[in-house]
Amino acid sequence: MSQKELILRIGGAAGDGGSSTAESFAKICTRSGLYAFTYTSYQSVIRGGHMWVQVRASEEPLLSQGERPHVLICLNQPTADIHVPQVREGGAVIFDSESVKVEKDRLPDAVRVLAFPLARMARQYGNNPLMKNTVALGAAIRLFDMDLKVVEGAFRRIWGNKKEEVVQANVKAATAGYGHPDGHGGSLNLGLTYSNKPRILITGNQAIALGALAAGCKFLAQYPMTPASSIMHWMADHAPEHGVVVKQVEDELAAVNMAIGAGFAGARAMTATSGGGFSLMVEGLGQGGMVEAPVVVVLAQRAGPSTGVPTKTEQGDLNLALGAGQGDWPRAVIAPRNTQECFRLTTEAFNLADVYQTPIIVMSDLYLSEGYRTVDGFDFNVPIIRGLLAADGGEAASRYLRYKITDSGVSPRALPGQKGFQFDAGSDEHDEKGELISDVLAGIPEYVELRRRMMEKRMRKLQGLLRDTKGPELWGPDNADLTVISWGSTQGPVREAIMNLEESDGLSVNSLEYAYLFPFHGEETLDLLRGAKKTLAVEGNYTGQLTRLLTAETAYKPDAFFGKYDGEPFYPSEISAKIREVMT
Amino acid sequence: MTESTIQLQEYKSEIKSTWCPGCGDFAVLNGLQKALQTLQLKPWAITIVSGIGCSSNIPHFLSTYGFHSIHGRAIPVATGIKLANPELTVIAAGGDGDGYGIGVGHFIHAMRRNLDITYIVMNNQIYGLTTGQASPTSEKEMVTKSTPEGVIENPINPISLALAAGATFVARGFSGDAKGLAVLFQKGIEHKGFALIDVLSPCVTYNKINTYDWFRQRVYSLEKEGHDPSSLTAAWGVANSWPNLDQKRDRIPLGVFFQRSDIPTYEDLEPALRKGPPVRQPLGLANPEALLEEFR
Repeated sequence: MSQKELILRIGGAAGDGGSSTAESFAKICTRSGLYAFTYTSYQSVIRGGHMWVQVRASEEPLLSQGERPHVLICLNQPTADIHVPQVREGGAVIFDSESVKVEKDRLPDAVRVLAFPLARMARQYGNNPLMKNTVALGAAIRLFDMDLKVVEGAFRRIWGNKKEEVVQANVKAATAGYGHPDGHGGSLNLGLTYSNKPRILITGNQAIALGALAAGCKFLAQYPMTPASSIMHWMADHAPEHGVVVKQVEDELAAVNMAIGAGFAGARAMTATSGGGFSLMVEGLGQGGMVEAPVVVVLAQRAGPSTGVPTKTEQGDLNLALGAGQGDWPRAVIAPRNTQECFRLTTEAFNLADVYQTPIIVMSDLYLSEGYRTVDGFDFNVPIIRGLLAADGGEAASRYLRYKITDSGVSPRALPGQKGFQFDAGSDEHDEKGELISDVLAGIPEYVELRRRMMEKRMRKLQGLLRDTKGPELWGPDNADLTVISWGSTQGPVREAIMNLEESDGLSVNSLEYAYLFPFHGEETLDLLRGAKKTLAVEGNYTGQLTRLLTAETAYKPDAFFGKYDGEPFYPSEISAKIREVMT
Repeated sequence: MTESTIQLQEYKSEIKSTWCPGCGDFAVLNGLQKALQTLQLKPWAITIVSGIGCSSNIPHFLSTYGFHSIHGRAIPVATGIKLANPELTVIAAGGDGDGYGIGVGHFIHAMRRNLDITYIVMNNQIYGLTTGQASPTSEKEMVTKSTPEGVIENPINPISLALAAGATFVARGFSGDAKGLAVLFQKGIEHKGFALIDVLSPCVTYNKINTYDWFRQRVYSLEKEGHDPSSLTAAWGVANSWPNLDQKRDRIPLGVFFQRSDIPTYEDLEPALRKGPPVRQPLGLANPEALLEEFR
């Protein structure tokens, strides 16, 4: 894209403080009036190894982590060895002259070296060894022509007014670093203007948790698993104030069943996990469908199978979400395409769960869940729709049928504590009251018929779920020569690739983007694909899980498929390359 | 105006039980209904949660709210219900396979949480619904469909396990002693904290060893022998009388092994509950902009 931007990359070992330095920088960018976008490449280690973070920022909203950095901060030698060749022409490399070496012949053309004693300088301002990062950050701030006052404001926000001495020490360290580029080439002159317009810097998981809170979530049970854990962390921080019971429990079996219990009792309830934990939840989810309990389940994907690559991203769990549970039960599967949708679609999921009295699955991935994005804000005018409740319907308690067969498949719900509406929620097949027809009545013709009708009652909810969700969105020019098909977080890199190709090659490409995956919007899909000249499906998995769903539902088969399953997020450049290949 | 007394009949549902004639679970059902009536708990303010197995059909036979959950998950479902609405009386019930086998992880964690839940385990030392395989409480050498040469594992001792896990009320009842059961259930429900009541509930169809007669020859009342339930040390001593590593099975204690009423419950400690039951809290955010401050 031609918009002005900056990219800072910081690398080091886990424990070197690289990610918090990058987070500070993303906050500084946001407070300067830029839109930030971060990607953290880390490993499943607490100390050591190699991690790096990329912070990209621009005057316009960003769609991906971008490509090569303008400035690289090397917190250790391996970072220099790995990343120096990727620094852009006209850029700079910052490192501690007393602990890192960069061979001249490895430097790309016109890349400046800013080597100075970061650790020694930092020691003048405090004992925390991580303050050397702040010195380096100060130098980067100068290279990008940013304002030290904004840095101070950001530090105060991060460390709080209670620790003013920490704020001041870091401001001094940053100021010391800030002075270094002068006399060593000065600013990079990227030409960005800083509006200082206040915006919000938030991760996808935080947006999901915030959405849950806005929707009235009162119960969250979760077991720690990357990349879903930070949903629990944020909710736990805010739980007492908002009356939300947040529980770290013994396993995901407990998490999903507790959430179902809480949902049955009338609290808006949620659980969140990644693929491994979701696999453990499968039987519980089917139970949610059978007893018709509302619950929201967040599935933050990471690279599988099995333990897979725990700190890497993938979109490999769609089949799992679609097929979770023995037998058929009605569900919706929703995959936010960006941070704004993490908030909004989570609020929607709570309404769908209540209205259709069934588990609703919200799918993100590590890329979206853990990455920071600057957003303008959220629409907190969130409708809260509790669905059919027994008391509201004026149902006479004596004739109350919890699982009454209705046209919509939805039956008025009574909550424990409501006098006279007592019923049994059964995971076995049951009659309209909730009493078992699975044991001594199974096989008797009358109950064979009832079993069929109860299945159909539940599954009719899919019609309502289809009506209450939206079809895919077609973005980009009409009559494009190629249509890219994607779902969830892949939206951003696809759009950026398309914009780049239009500018560089004059190619006309548009993008068909799914957030609502199930029940599948087949008719809308066929309508939108009717004019498509050629199609390319882009997914973060091996088998093309959306592609197969699309074909199964519509008999339409995309012309080409680009699957990525190396654990890294999509880069616009690789999508562009694939588009070019498919179009020639 | 005084509220009228709730009659025993009002705790019974119209559903006829499907248990085998003579099944120990009948005594549990009757004892539970009696305890609820003695306590005059309102049927609509009670939720009984079970798992899967013969005994887990029990919610259907009571007029309370019921949740007949999946195998092994009665405790987490009950936990979710209790934390969403702590005003409800929540009783979990099921069998030994359900609670001490597939669900044993939840059982242990529920006890260390000291949730104010009563857990009734109808322990028949066999898998009945699946027609007679060994259970976690089947004794060594017992011949079952899955162990034709006899069980070679030591049985779980639910009493010792509960004591170790921090349960604050640990008791054992026997379906041959219906009166005693009703009293134990009453005490368990009244107890503030997690109450385990392991009930020796003979399976008349698949367990031909641990029969009513077998138990009658061995059981004795802890209370009558002067056991002090406030002493954890004393509780450990009697818990080991059966089952144990030495396969000694001559004396089986019944009654309350241990009770501590001064330990805060989970609900007492859970910060979110200070505002009252979550099910009654207003939904949504009163001041969303304040929440956004940390992101600026």
